[in-house]
Amino acid sequence: MPSGALTRIGLRVATAAVLAFIYIPLALVVLYAFNVNLVPSWPIPGLTLEWWTRALANTGVREALLSSVLAGLGATSIALLLGSLAALAVHRYRFFGREAISFLVILPIALPGIVTGIAINSAVGTLGLGLGMATVVIGHATFCVVLVYNNVIARLRRSAGSIEEASADLGADTWQTFRYITFPAMRSALLAGGLLAFALSFDEIIVTTFTRGDVQTLPIWIFNNYRLANQAPIVNVVAVIAIALSVIPVYLASRLSSDAAIAR
Amino acid sequence: MPGGPLRATGTQHPPMTASAASTPGAGSPAEPSWARRLAAFFHRQPRAALALLLAPPLGWLLIAYLGALAILFVNAFFRIDPFTTDIVRQPGLQNFERLATTEVYRAITLRTLGIAAAVTITTAALGFPVAYYMARVASRRTRNLLVVGILLPLWASYLVKVYAWRVILAEDGILNWALAPLGLKGPGFGDVATWLVFSYLWLPYMILPIYAGLERIPSSLLEASGDLGARSWMTFRRVILPLVFPAIVAGSIFTFSLTMGDYIAPQLVSSTQFIGNVIYANVGSSGDLPFAAAFATVPVVVMIVYLLLARRLGAFDAL
Repeated sequence: MPSGALTRIGLRVATAAVLAFIYIPLALVVLYAFNVNLVPSWPIPGLTLEWWTRALANTGVREALLSSVLAGLGATSIALLLGSLAALAVHRYRFFGREAISFLVILPIALPGIVTGIAINSAVGTLGLGLGMATVVIGHATFCVVLVYNNVIARLRRSAGSIEEASADLGADTWQTFRYITFPAMRSALLAGGLLAFALSFDEIIVTTFTRGDVQTLPIWIFNNYRLANQAPIVNVVAVIAIALSVIPVYLASRLSSDAAIAR
Repeated sequence: MPGGPLRATGTQHPPMTASAASTPGAGSPAEPSWARRLAAFFHRQPRAALALLLAPPLGWLLIAYLGALAILFVNAFFRIDPFTTDIVRQPGLQNFERLATTEVYRAITLRTLGIAAAVTITTAALGFPVAYYMARVASRRTRNLLVVGILLPLWASYLVKVYAWRVILAEDGILNWALAPLGLKGPGFGDVATWLVFSYLWLPYMILPIYAGLERIPSSLLEASGDLGARSWMTFRRVILPLVFPAIVAGSIFTFSLTMGDYIAPQLVSSTQFIGNVIYANVGSSGDLPFAAAFATVPVVVMIVYLLLARRLGAFDAL
């Protein structure tokens, strides 16, 4: 094991450098949200809170935030239901095509988002239906299922099946066993998976672009307004808010599931 | 499969207990309730219970996802009427011919795949030391802090991160300001910027699987290697690297796929086109959806081949 003093110092320096690489751009965004100057040049001349009051008063931002929350809640609810059903089926039963289920669940997130996006777009067009909040929710739910599925199946694998058998032996029926044994064991995994699904949906832009019709989510609002010169500082404020709103659920999720492996 | 194609793991108790489970509880001497009877039915018919569990998720993925994909790929064989811009539903290979024979599309495909590969290698090179430090050197406390520290930015708004780099790389941005005293200049906008931004965006996707893979290697294995006379470099090359390779492949699924499908970052920090940009430009009222659908088959085919290879290399267990 390379654990000489020199190697350790090298690894420490490399880790510090990568962390700086990750965090300096994010810190800059926060700083620019207080920038006096309208254009984001460097060095910045001074700090102000003006953009914050303007951003909070902006109705477009508030509507976009509401749409994002609605889409996130809709997609998360569907993902929670579908992901836990699939996890229960794969965990409990041995059946033909069982391996294919894990593959199918991963596929929407492993294939590029633009493919999911135009697939739904062209399917809706071909069937003569309209784009809107419903198609955004459908698109988001499709790639969010895997987050719930992964969290729940990992939890089911860790929890002892003998407890469920004991419950059945003591006379509990399927519902009672689910209500008193299985569900409590799954609860924190559901919460963690749900929070991750919400965060992913909240931040999504590519699938949204193709499925949204005229719905404006927060990332779409940011994308459309960044190019307008007089909106740029407000966009920075919204960016800081967006970072906070997607990071908080993930922080909570990581506290809930001791797993480090909650990468998408 | 032994014992029939279907078996519920919950029905493995001896016959006595299984029948006890389906009789009503001691407190209800009368007819069992419908819920109770339904429970007993599912207990006796695991196939019905399985069908009920599987139908919603499978139905959703088959209809909303694979169904939509199928419609997309049927569209790839149609063409657009140049005068009315309506889709003409006469199947043919003209879109694929156009893709294969047009120089621009070949260049775009090669650029996309090339940058995806470069990003994958870069993130693996940057991510490995961090993952190694986290998994095998840092104290427990530091490790937990680092996991959260790497994880959180993964979820911080994608768009915000791209904009941050736009501001950093701009002519009057912080990078040129910092490099000016050294007489140097940043890369500006272009393919180098795209490569840098993608490497930044997807780095956590690479670090986390490698970290998990390194953490799974038992210390005793490394000690055994040392006891057998291997120096640290030898242990690294012959023991650690082969064991952690599936995890690197697992991370590369994300870095490769995400780079290949993106069109927003190239649009913001470069003027060159990616596969995604061409697809994006062709979807919508003025576009050529059949051609976009045909071009979309390129990343799909590449990714499916990549996924099948990755599964062979054991990367799915490292996800």
